[in-house]
Amino acid sequence: MSKVGIIAYGTTPFTKEDHKIESILHKSTNDLFQKNPNIDKKEIDAVLVSTNNNSKYLSPILSEMTGIQPKIAHSIESLCNSGTNSIVSAFAYISSGLADMVLISGAERYDSPGQILEWDNSRGEFKHPIFWASIFSKSYKQKFGISDEELAIVSVKNHKQAKENPNALSKKTYTIQDVVNSKKLTDDLRLLDCSRPCTGSASILLASEEVVRKNTDRPVWITGIGQKTTSAGFTKNNSLSSMESTKIAGQSALKMANHTISDIDVAEVHDAFSVCEPMALESLGFVNPGKGMSIINDLHETNNFKINPRGGLIGTGHPLGATGISQTIEIVQQLQKSAEKRQTDNAEVGLIHNMSAAATSSTVLVLEK
Amino acid sequence: MSFESELSKGQFCIPECLACKKIVWPPSEFCDNCNEITFLKKGDFEGKIIEFSKQNEDYFCMVEFYNSIRLMAKMSKIPKKDQIIKISRCGISNGSYFFEII
Repeated sequence: MSKVGIIAYGTTPFTKEDHKIESILHKSTNDLFQKNPNIDKKEIDAVLVSTNNNSKYLSPILSEMTGIQPKIAHSIESLCNSGTNSIVSAFAYISSGLADMVLISGAERYDSPGQILEWDNSRGEFKHPIFWASIFSKSYKQKFGISDEELAIVSVKNHKQAKENPNALSKKTYTIQDVVNSKKLTDDLRLLDCSRPCTGSASILLASEEVVRKNTDRPVWITGIGQKTTSAGFTKNNSLSSMESTKIAGQSALKMANHTISDIDVAEVHDAFSVCEPMALESLGFVNPGKGMSIINDLHETNNFKINPRGGLIGTGHPLGATGISQTIEIVQQLQKSAEKRQTDNAEVGLIHNMSAAATSSTVLVLEK
Repeated sequence: MSFESELSKGQFCIPECLACKKIVWPPSEFCDNCNEITFLKKGDFEGKIIEFSKQNEDYFCMVEFYNSIRLMAKMSKIPKKDQIIKISRCGISNGSYFFEII
């Protein structure tokens, strides 16, 4: 399989502002081209748009607005992991030889229809994500003897880290008491345990090895990809305290990259809700089941940004179609040593974990210099 | 007779494939194993509570029937894990299913 690398990226701030989807897609793409003026748009073979927005024909629209006439142009929707799924599609186009350079632009509005999976009637009247998150939280806390205060450290840590991210939705830091005393959504979930829907866009440019080497002297390569979908419906999850799709996707990605989890220096994991972070770390194999909060606590106390350096979904905000791309950009910055105040030490191998609909589907990427 | 037409009348049925004896969930016209047409089994089914939490005054529970059907249902009394329950009320409201258990 031929190598696929990342040449360039662009982003918008994640906000609660009301912008047209076409406008924010254009904004992050424009940011990419402004930062990389030497990129020849004529060489872009494909434009992929990652979004859950209902607007039509977004990829040809973005192509026209940015002056690109690609061979391939279409949208990709897969709820919360649309972004990394788009990156995987771009990887496949390039590694198969169908394209040499692919632009991926992800965007969402604060009112995204992707927040609720209407099809999943097994959830009864409890279709909002706070209900599956409450069931996960209750099950995880009970199985491993974790308190609300302990779980709140995820939110405290990720808001703290987001404060160093100029594009993050959250600009505040919180204490454990702030989190446990924030608005009670259910008995097992507080407002500050949740990532927030928002408006934002992120764009990234992938290319074949030859094109990468022509365009940048700081390439980052996608060396591992793993994906797994176990179901669409939340109630099909066999375990309510671990993520089966994440476990399988993580193993596949690490195997492809010829690495073990101990080789990972920095990771973005899908903390849609506080409980998701320890569950993801355990399912990826960073720690044994039930030990996720130990590592999170240690990282927080030592001010180590190894996990979710940009502030995770909880701190950065969660514009669904842009999230996986934003996570990937963060790891690129970490590997290129350009993450400024968020920079982790000795970042050589990074991992991205992006999932959908109560972990029924997961995508894991491994990136290296 | 479809699952949804029965549910809209307040009747919870269990979709089953008679060819391969598999319960099919979520409800579907066709078996996800052998692709044959499914049939609806009527009854007063017993399930058990797998997990639950609470919002305001109501409990929301994940319940399981026949080790294969799992759904989310509302309960007004304090639930217990592994508690045996029955569906007391169900239907379709604004396009979404709803289930209440006792």
